[in-house]
Amino acid sequence: MNRITSFTARVVVLPIANIDTDQIIPARFLKVTDRAGLGAGLFADWRYAPDGAPDPEFVLNQPAARGAEVLLAGDNFGCGSSREHAPWALPGWGFRAVISTFFADIFRNNSLHNGLLPVTVTAGVHQSLQQQLQRQPEAAVTVDLASQTLTLPDGTSVTFPIDPFARHCLLHGVDQLGFLLGAEPAIRDYEAAHPPRIGTFAVRSGAAS
Amino acid sequence: MASPRTLFAKIWDGHTVRAATPETPAVLYIDLHLVHEVTSPQAFTELRRRGLTVRCPDQTIATMDHSTPTTPRQRDGSYRIGDALAAAQLTQLAQNCAEFGVPLLELGHDLQGIVHVIGPEQGLTQPGMTIVCGDSHTSTHGAFGALAFGIGSSEVGYVLATQCLLQQRPKTMEIRVDGRLQPGVTAKDISLAIIAQIGTGGGTGHVVEYTGSAICALSMEERMTICNMSIEAGARAGLVAPDETTFAYLEGRPAAPRGEAWQRAVRGWRELASDAGATYDAVVQIDAGTLSPMITYGTNPAMGMPVDGTVPDPDQVADPARRASLRKALDYMGLEGGRPLLGQPVDVVFVGSCTNSRISDLRLAARASAGRRVASGVRLLVVPGSQPVKRQAEAEGLREIFEAAGAEWREAGCSMCIAMNGDQLAPGQYAVSTSNRNFEGRQGKGGRTFLASPLTAVASAVSGHVADARRLAGGECRKRGVA
Repeated sequence: MNRITSFTARVVVLPIANIDTDQIIPARFLKVTDRAGLGAGLFADWRYAPDGAPDPEFVLNQPAARGAEVLLAGDNFGCGSSREHAPWALPGWGFRAVISTFFADIFRNNSLHNGLLPVTVTAGVHQSLQQQLQRQPEAAVTVDLASQTLTLPDGTSVTFPIDPFARHCLLHGVDQLGFLLGAEPAIRDYEAAHPPRIGTFAVRSGAAS
Repeated sequence: MASPRTLFAKIWDGHTVRAATPETPAVLYIDLHLVHEVTSPQAFTELRRRGLTVRCPDQTIATMDHSTPTTPRQRDGSYRIGDALAAAQLTQLAQNCAEFGVPLLELGHDLQGIVHVIGPEQGLTQPGMTIVCGDSHTSTHGAFGALAFGIGSSEVGYVLATQCLLQQRPKTMEIRVDGRLQPGVTAKDISLAIIAQIGTGGGTGHVVEYTGSAICALSMEERMTICNMSIEAGARAGLVAPDETTFAYLEGRPAAPRGEAWQRAVRGWRELASDAGATYDAVVQIDAGTLSPMITYGTNPAMGMPVDGTVPDPDQVADPARRASLRKALDYMGLEGGRPLLGQPVDVVFVGSCTNSRISDLRLAARASAGRRVASGVRLLVVPGSQPVKRQAEAEGLREIFEAAGAEWREAGCSMCIAMNGDQLAPGQYAVSTSNRNFEGRQGKGGRTFLASPLTAVASAVSGHVADARRLAGGECRKRGVA
């Protein structure tokens, strides 16, 4: 896991509410067995015309989006399916953070496992940022994970909440699977006191009945 | 005396390997891990990269469901998989399961089916358990009073390797549904009504416990429909306290305990219900008697209304964000606000998915189809949730009823719910679907989905347009006492 500290980047504005993970990466792109290359399918149904050509109207296809690393999205971003392909596709395109007023649980969790920062702001900050970017589309924001602050183009800084453990892992490059493997003695004790409730082999072989 | 605890708290506390600290989340033990082809390949790759093994293969089971064909098998019983990517993904799962020793219900196995249908069917899903799967509809298993939730592929790898997850304790929400359902109103309608009331994010951060007389009166399969849809309100998990209905469903299933072990298990399960006086972080109350059959008109499951209602008019919505969202949805759906949906022509009707593909759903759909014909120009796909459901339906004569009505009878799988396997809408087509998501393009790029119950779906198929099953000629619902 790469460490994240602070970065300054331009913003793509997509202020639509309830963007579900089927929009972020449609299901037909899930027939892959690795996580690379999903950036090409990001927002595919909005991004490409029926003939496959990029739709010039869509924000990701506009020249100003080139090099942007932050997505400003509407409320309840990432609702729907648990596909981790969504937080693989967003960084696959180049995003390092998404700003919204509200994130769906599984998406937020998956993002934190992939170094994609879900930055939750109030409706007021969201609106202010959107207005500032309307005036200055090229303006940048700074996301600082250590201080949990987002600095808007006008210099205003606001703090954002983040799970303290996820923050620690992202700042220090701690790998969560490694951390869990370190809990081995406690897991062994738990298993000794709680024998397995079911056996799946017997179901597979038909021996359970 | 200890303070009263909710069903959720009892399961959580009972599975805490290591309690949370201010710096670290709890380590939660997972009793059962369900695996499918779409969200697991990257997890197995990670295990291989780190030289790790699957810790508890006997608590893990895999199936093939999302990208599998549901078209009739070839003469020798084999499946023809036209899509090379899907075929490669299925082969990958088979290789991963063989290499890591994970039992697999592969395509062609007698028990293959949708991951959330086979767990309960085999008796693997039991009260008080923790269950995860790389699939958001894992909430389905909560119908048994199990804490069951969807996870991402990274976490699939964590559970394969350690049988544990790092988890922050969620909040709790009680959704209390009291009263008696009117004829023709089903569990699916309860769900769609709840989601329309609290919104797609209304349950986010919470584990929902469904309580009340209307929930207690439901069958296990109906409870599964309700818990399945919890995620459509943002809740990762939905729970129903286990009771006699639960025990009767489970007894004798292949993986359920037997003999004395069964008696002991039931005694334990009776202790799981939320204690009197236990409190929830949020409470929602619904009167079942006031509910109608529901249908969605928009592009998320909260955009729902009574089937005989009027599509909301964006011009009448005061909040600008909601107005914009509604307008965008209606543009996509090709609908006008202020008009009814009844009579809206449909192209395809899909009966299936982890929400509504169990035997009771197919019985309901068959009753509404019996003696009728699918309208000219409409396709009705009936996709059973598993091979056992398919065999049961065939044994009961349901297949003949569907085929006589002109419906397509398919092999088991997720099919048009996620449209990864070639079962999909063409751009612009309208579908009434018993699945769980009406997102843009969910059932095929450009396709437009109305979510509804199996009764409304079949009524629409035989009518050729969105229809109210209560008004079908012959009054099927009333006559049969379907409630």
